[in-house]
Amino acid sequence: MAENPPLLRAEAVSKGFPGTIALDAVDFTLVAGEVHALLGENGAGKSTLIKCLTGAYRRDSGDVLLEGQLIHPRDPLDAQGLGIGTVYQEVNLLPNLTVAENLFLGHQPRRFGFVSQGRLKSQARETLSHYGLNIDVSRNLDTYSVAVQQIVAIARAVRLSGKVLILDEPTASLDAHEVQMLFEVIRTLKRRGLGIVFISHFLDQVFDVSDRITVLRNGRLVGTERVGDLDRMKLVNMMLGRELEQETRVTGRTDAPSGGPHLTFERFGRSGRMAPFDLAVRRGEVIGMAGLLGSGRTETAEAIFGVTPHDSGDARKDGERIDLKSPRDAVAAGFGFSPEDRKTDGIIGDLSIRENIVLALQARAGWSRPIPPRRQVELADQFIRRLDIRTSDAEKPVGLLSGGNQQKVMLARWLATNPTFLVLDEPTRGIDVGAHAEIIRLIEELCAQGMSLLVISSELDELVAYSHRVIVVRDRRHVAELAGAEITTDSIVKAIASHEAEQQA
Amino acid sequence: MNGAARFARRIAPQLAILAAILVLISIVFPGFFEVRIANGRLYGSPIDILNRGAPVALLAIGMTLVIATRGIDLSVGAVMAICGATAAWGSTEGYALPATLALSIAAGLACGLWNGFLVAVLRIQPIVATLILMVAGRGIAQLITEGAILTFNQEGLIFIGSGSILTVPTPVIIWMIAGLLFTLVVRWTALGMLIEAIGVNLRASTLAGVNSRVLLIAVYMASGLCASFAGIIAAADIRGADANNAGLWLELDAILAVVIGGTSLLGGRFSILASLIGALIIQAMNTGILLSGFPPEFNLIIKALIVLTILVLQSPATRTAAIFFRRQPGTDPADTRTVTP
Amino acid sequence: MNARMLPLIATVVIFLAAYAVCFIQFPAILSTRVVGNLLTDNAFLGIAAVGMTFVILSGGIDLSIGSVIAFSGVFIAVMLRDTGLHPIPVFVLLLVITTLFGACMGATINFLEMPPFIVTLAGMFLARGMAYVLSIDAVPIDHDFFDVLKDAYWLMPGKGRLTFIGGLMLLVFLAGIVLAHRTRFGTNVYALGGGAATASLMGVPVARTTIAIYALSGFLAGLSGIVFATYTSAGYSLATVGVELDAIAAVVIGGTLLTGGSGFVAGTLVGVLIMGLIQTYIVFDGTLSSWWTKIVIGFLLFAFILLQKGLVLVSTRERGTADRPGRGS
Repeated sequence: MAENPPLLRAEAVSKGFPGTIALDAVDFTLVAGEVHALLGENGAGKSTLIKCLTGAYRRDSGDVLLEGQLIHPRDPLDAQGLGIGTVYQEVNLLPNLTVAENLFLGHQPRRFGFVSQGRLKSQARETLSHYGLNIDVSRNLDTYSVAVQQIVAIARAVRLSGKVLILDEPTASLDAHEVQMLFEVIRTLKRRGLGIVFISHFLDQVFDVSDRITVLRNGRLVGTERVGDLDRMKLVNMMLGRELEQETRVTGRTDAPSGGPHLTFERFGRSGRMAPFDLAVRRGEVIGMAGLLGSGRTETAEAIFGVTPHDSGDARKDGERIDLKSPRDAVAAGFGFSPEDRKTDGIIGDLSIRENIVLALQARAGWSRPIPPRRQVELADQFIRRLDIRTSDAEKPVGLLSGGNQQKVMLARWLATNPTFLVLDEPTRGIDVGAHAEIIRLIEELCAQGMSLLVISSELDELVAYSHRVIVVRDRRHVAELAGAEITTDSIVKAIASHEAEQQA
Repeated sequence: MNGAARFARRIAPQLAILAAILVLISIVFPGFFEVRIANGRLYGSPIDILNRGAPVALLAIGMTLVIATRGIDLSVGAVMAICGATAAWGSTEGYALPATLALSIAAGLACGLWNGFLVAVLRIQPIVATLILMVAGRGIAQLITEGAILTFNQEGLIFIGSGSILTVPTPVIIWMIAGLLFTLVVRWTALGMLIEAIGVNLRASTLAGVNSRVLLIAVYMASGLCASFAGIIAAADIRGADANNAGLWLELDAILAVVIGGTSLLGGRFSILASLIGALIIQAMNTGILLSGFPPEFNLIIKALIVLTILVLQSPATRTAAIFFRRQPGTDPADTRTVTP
Repeated sequence: MNARMLPLIATVVIFLAAYAVCFIQFPAILSTRVVGNLLTDNAFLGIAAVGMTFVILSGGIDLSIGSVIAFSGVFIAVMLRDTGLHPIPVFVLLLVITTLFGACMGATINFLEMPPFIVTLAGMFLARGMAYVLSIDAVPIDHDFFDVLKDAYWLMPGKGRLTFIGGLMLLVFLAGIVLAHRTRFGTNVYALGGGAATASLMGVPVARTTIAIYALSGFLAGLSGIVFATYTSAGYSLATVGVELDAIAAVVIGGTLLTGGSGFVAGTLVGVLIMGLIQTYIVFDGTLSSWWTKIVIGFLLFAFILLQKGLVLVSTRERGTADRPGRGS
């Protein structure tokens, strides 16, 4: 690739916001026919760089050259016209239009001034055939899976721009099979000579599909390396800028608490979402849950917390039957649930940190028993200190905090209710490494205090580090349970990948 | 910034607008602020504003809560007609005053329950859900009055519309007490915060254990309750129930009052007091136009223009522009945007 | 079959069923005479409802159309009375005014980022106020050209009359269908209804489209005003109060999603006809009071909103994401 001429080149691009320098004289070179991964912690400047390249931000200084020509895109549309297309994590297409209309919106073939539906459809079919998709293009986009939508978005971006394709976390909501489907598309485009910028949190995927990797940290360029010259350790070091204090533990924890089960779920399930399962949780026990996205992890958590109430089996707490028909029931039973999607399911963006922290406690107390303002302030200050939530003020709207701090506010909300059982769905997703470590430490601390936890995570190392037991889910059923020394990343991967599902599980 | 200062800052623009309008009127019409007592009751233009503004003020109370949950209640005008008709019917059927009022209030609560059911249980978009009762409601009211204007002579009921307590007209007392009670209830309990929480992010609030379904039904019932008060006052005022015209377009005035009061149509933070000032602004405009000697034909035009001006001042685009000009040009507009989940 | 066709089919089925019920009770209702009257009586509503369909498809709402229709009638009547102009230049002038009026509302909505609900509410006050200023009293229209327009018809088989204004409404619907489904503007309208931010990222000219949508609605409200003036031979500033509600009801009963992005112009025609049929039935019956119209229309609204709701539920269930819209599994 190196012999190819640079396709897109950023030279000493800087961008500042009041109070911070988000991008500090960063160089970036993309050549034709390569997949170039852009990595960094949150706040490293990845998205700022992308936004400067696509015109969403006006750069403060530096040059951006496309095929040697200086460019100043006004907005993403302008950039698209110049040849730079972007596909975001949340598919930026219109679900209520047909696939064909989404592909050709603004460029529909016309005859005598009227849109020709026949040609629109045939051109759409023809376009998608290059991506291995053979679908009914006259159906609405929202009748198809996110993966298909993602590919339609790529097809549109490539058709309209044709030189550079920027993929901003395109795999975040895809399962393994869909990721491979997407990678096939990326490789095909690469062979066609496009330059592709790929942003992902999943290191495996980065190693799988990229040719070169550029790492940013705190708005500065750390370096650009060929994938062959890098290993995981080195990459992580580049991203973190320090030796990662790696958990040395390679198998699960064997210090499982003894004693009878605190919570038992029997034949607990929800038709269409989660096959019935049995689960017993002791006090002070951390249960990890592993599986691919869409395997039934979140579905299990949501059934337990009454978000989509179970329709079979029952749950007992210390032998007593408990109702889990709604989140309110679950809260009353002493449960807490930190959902995967913080923005839509977790935080109340416009309300203050204080209000977000007391919300669950207040909801449990009922509207007629308000928590006195002074007590609210105390609670908020206490958790801001204890969890090290970085904010100037407890009255700041929580939506203004970074992802990691928002996650801590979510945890604070539940800890304020003194739960006996906490369900955490991907507690470390999308947060920076510092906060990451703190949250893992907190999980261990809580369990030491006797709280039971169910933690869902895609990060297997992390699961191994804190779990007493690991439940593996696949195809919406619990397929394996590993305990203590059996827990290794290898054994988990094996259980996830195994296709001889024990039907009696 | 402490609570009192924040509160003062919150209602300052509304107070300023109200003051500006009042000053403007008094320039054109110097005798404006004169208030006198006759027959044991206060008279004068300011009193008139407070009195005439009663229905919109009452509706605005309930509407504020509904809008805070990211909803809207288009049906309040029609509910007023239903409740007025119910009160008139109860009165002509010879029920005692408490029974008549109870019937009418029950009708308002039932309407609110219906709206709340559609929004909270069937999860229909509020603007769509309440449109149903807005369309059907006047039909129902006409059903009760059998198409005629149903007049009544019950002294007690009439007193609610045109009597006075300690020289203050009854409607004024009713809306002020209602405003005070609702404010106290939502602010001294946790209702206010929980309502704001579901308005900002319904799903997240539900996941936090907030009983959003009950809260949603409650705010629509509160809106129905306020509409029934307004309906009773409107009917008592003309000593009859006019199913066609009672509360006609008042839902729009009420929404306008809330918007002028600075509560976002996107839900979240709300202030009942600011909405009440908003209602007074609208009524002051009506009275002012009347007093200022413009031909009445111009009323609507002037009202539209004033509304537009206020809206332009409040529009996000104008605000962004204002911030842009106040700061150094070239700062990032992203951090001036409000955070929406 | 595409699930989005279902509300349209339901509308048609309900219309046919309602017609059948009416026919069983009053066989005369099947005559082309009644059909002709149905079209004529609802022509002004239908024309305005086409504009409303586009507005609602784009995710907006236009509360001003009833006032604009009233303004149009008064404007025509006063101009004819006071200037001696021929109706045609008056029509042209009126349509220019109402189109500009709509465009201004669209521009306000777009550039000031204000909710259409509030902006068109101000528009509603403004248009009604302008009508008052022109004349508070009803102004009769007495012009030969109007008599020609009013009496122009095509005699259908069965002695039914397809009047000029009834035919004009059908033409407007035809044009609306072509505009919605065979032009880029039409797709852009649907795109706005699907999400303005996304549409803008995809290159839809949001400002131009928004302004055009409300301008179109203003134009059609003006045209509807001409038809209404022809129909009543008068201009009256207190006329057509609440027609915007009828138009919204017709659009929703016609199967268009009130939140925008999904629906058909043709459905609105059926919606208008259903509403007209209810009134015709009440007239035929003779014992039912007029307020039942409102109650039945309210009930139909409820039924259609429920149907739409159910469809959305079913289509998300199919993808296994019942409670998490916008996410696949």
